[in-house]
Amino acid sequence: MIEARQLTKLYGDKTAVDHLDFTIRPGTVTGFLGPNGAGKSTTMRLIVGLDTPTSGTVTVNGRRYAQHTAPLQEVGTLLEATSVHPGRSAYNHLMAQAYTHGIPRRRVEEVIELTGLQAVARKRAGAFSLGMGQRLGIAAALLGDPATLMLDEPVNGLDPEGVLWIRNLLTALAAEGRTIFISSHLMSEMAQVADHLVIIGRGKLLADTTVHDLVHRVGGDTVKVACADPARLRELLGPDVQVAAGPGPEDLQVTGVSARSIGLAAAAAGIALFELTTTALPLEAVFLDLTRETVEYHGSVSLGESAVERTGA
Amino acid sequence: MTPAAQTPAPRATFARPARPVYRVTARRVLRSEWAKLWSLRSTWITLGLAALFVVAFGLIASFRYKTMIDSGRGVDLEFADATAVSLSAFGTAPGLLAVGVLGVLVTGGEYSTGMIRSTLTAVPRRLPVLWSKVAVYGLVAFTVGTGAVFITFVFASAIVSSTPAALSLSSAGVVRSLLGAGLYLALVGVIGTALGALLRSIAGGIAMLVGVMMLVPGLALLLPTSWHNDIGPFLPSNAGASMFAVDRQPHTLSPGIGLAVIVGWTALVLAAAAYRLVRSDA
Repeated sequence: MIEARQLTKLYGDKTAVDHLDFTIRPGTVTGFLGPNGAGKSTTMRLIVGLDTPTSGTVTVNGRRYAQHTAPLQEVGTLLEATSVHPGRSAYNHLMAQAYTHGIPRRRVEEVIELTGLQAVARKRAGAFSLGMGQRLGIAAALLGDPATLMLDEPVNGLDPEGVLWIRNLLTALAAEGRTIFISSHLMSEMAQVADHLVIIGRGKLLADTTVHDLVHRVGGDTVKVACADPARLRELLGPDVQVAAGPGPEDLQVTGVSARSIGLAAAAAGIALFELTTTALPLEAVFLDLTRETVEYHGSVSLGESAVERTGA
Repeated sequence: MTPAAQTPAPRATFARPARPVYRVTARRVLRSEWAKLWSLRSTWITLGLAALFVVAFGLIASFRYKTMIDSGRGVDLEFADATAVSLSAFGTAPGLLAVGVLGVLVTGGEYSTGMIRSTLTAVPRRLPVLWSKVAVYGLVAFTVGTGAVFITFVFASAIVSSTPAALSLSSAGVVRSLLGAGLYLALVGVIGTALGALLRSIAGGIAMLVGVMMLVPGLALLLPTSWHNDIGPFLPSNAGASMFAVDRQPHTLSPGIGLAVIVGWTALVLAAAAYRLVRSDA
């Protein structure tokens, strides 16, 4: 259980985290989403006490992280930035971490095996590939056998095999009943593993919700209709239904009504239908729409220019 | 993938029946820092270099002195008051540099590589990490430094045994001087460790260390003589040097005061490092 209450962090006069309130409940997989620079990494650093909040509090299982007698047993952490000395072997790195808590050598060997590092465990960590480095970071996070795992962008920069490995591992860890708090700037990645979402932008909380509710909140699925008389169909559907034209002259994008109702309405009015397709609103578009106002670094070409409008409303 | 993984619905809170009880203790942090020190190649190389500098410079100085005496043409000015101890201590200056640099690496290296994030996540109370690093490295530097100085003296005293510089381990003040040199090396190591933690950078720490130990004494010579005589002895480098002088020179401190002064400097830098470690974000 991680609880943030009015958590705020200022670097100079720049607000990185702005009165954040959220609770990560035990036994859930919570995705922590936000565009680059939204304050995800800072929030995670605040949770494990690497940074001190300017105001507000964040506790882990009821206490500040530093107040625990065995912090590695409370939360296992993988930070985005490298946290390993490149000159030390993976094995020695894990042993050094283990010594502080009296974690036995057996457990070190266990996590090495679990993360598939056996072959390279005695090699200098500096020679590791990105994927191997990430495995070492996860091995270190699992060292104390913590009930809560906190991972900052664990799939960043990994090849598809590495991404798959992490996704499978997370699913297995979640199935054991562990609490997983995982950050990402990719909604699509989150939707596959998370059941709960905490979305932030410019340090502020934008949504604390589930994947299902989020889709529902933005208006649900869209139905693509191609018919002989789009103008007439639009009238038939009434003023309460959101209808957008395009992309073709015969096409409509309808939100808020099922494909079945549209089909029946068209049949009753004798309008020929050429296409009637339900498209699940892409979560990526939902995410972009939510965070559009808060994106820290806009490109010169505004690609984010309402992806929802393009695909839906 | 286990079949259970496909049903993510209501999960039981993670609880294993026989969950081991771990605990961070001061002794364990020490153990961890000990393991960290010896698991890096730089430790072995730098300590080896420090010992080599001390022994090699001491022996070279002794040979040179012996040659000058044997040639019968008298000795150079800097060798005028030489003793077996002062000749043995010839290599402390480069030895100090190596020991101090490794001290900076012990802490500054964690910041430059990012290792500090792992370290402080495991020991979020932070201060035990600094104390452990200082204790472990101070002890190692003392052992290596003292060992090297004693070994040097054994050979140096054999080389210069038939000259005016001859001294043996049983001569007055010899053991004290040699221990003083070892202690000085250890304290400079600790100062390096503290500077690395204070400045959070290898380059900054080394620059500061070299500046304080080598440049400041030189700059102090530019002061008016009376000022220099008053201030000079209290500089870390001169206070340290007075710890291993067998005979006290004018405008130097007694070995005891010299030790007190350098311990004072060490404590000062260490206090600043501890303050920054606790107060600022890692």
